[in-house]
Amino acid sequence: MDLLNQYLIPHFNYWAYVILMMIGMHAMIVKNNLIKKLIGMSIFQTAIILFYVSIGVKEGADIPVLHHHAPEVAESHTPAADPHHAVDPDHYANPLPHVLMLTAIVVGVSTLGMALAISQSIYKDFDTLEENEILAKIKQGGPGIDV
Amino acid sequence: MIVAFDIIILIFLVITAVISLRVRDLLGATMVLSIYSFLMCLLWAEMGAVDVAFTEAAVGAGVSTVFLIATIYHTRRHSSD
Repeated sequence: MDLLNQYLIPHFNYWAYVILMMIGMHAMIVKNNLIKKLIGMSIFQTAIILFYVSIGVKEGADIPVLHHHAPEVAESHTPAADPHHAVDPDHYANPLPHVLMLTAIVVGVSTLGMALAISQSIYKDFDTLEENEILAKIKQGGPGIDV
Repeated sequence: MIVAFDIIILIFLVITAVISLRVRDLLGATMVLSIYSFLMCLLWAEMGAVDVAFTEAAVGAGVSTVFLIATIYHTRRHSSD
């Protein structure tokens, strides 16, 4: 029970991310259809991004955009000494994982587009998207194999 | 971060992920994956990552759905599993 309170309850985001990642990995390995494999890959990627975004979360923190108290700053000419103007990083969520994951989302969608283009090419050659049928046709050495 | 909202969205995320992998119709699976992406976008906006959230809404729920629908249109809609 102590273990539960210490690890399971405060980090439920991490547990959800592990479950989603395992769902995606299971689909990538077990599913027979190539599109289903790619859907699993998409779920896998978003689960990892969810983990990284969860790292940047702070309790009671605001979105990482600075609030400027414009009139107060204009009156006091020493903004560093003004307690209202001082920036406390504890009041804002950590923006570094967000920026890294912004790149990961774009790379993920380009990976998906590339994989779907290859799937269409495979469909043109083998006339199917099921993995077992493609492997059987490769073993037969039927049409569409110009290697 | 609102804990109750977080837990509800995480439960729906797992449900939509499982449904999109179980549905035999690939177009339906794509639509459920788009719901999954939108729920993920809501979760990130709620976690304070607004930039990641709107990128996911535009790219994850928008562009990747269009890519998948285009591929299904050029190939076939039915999946064996």
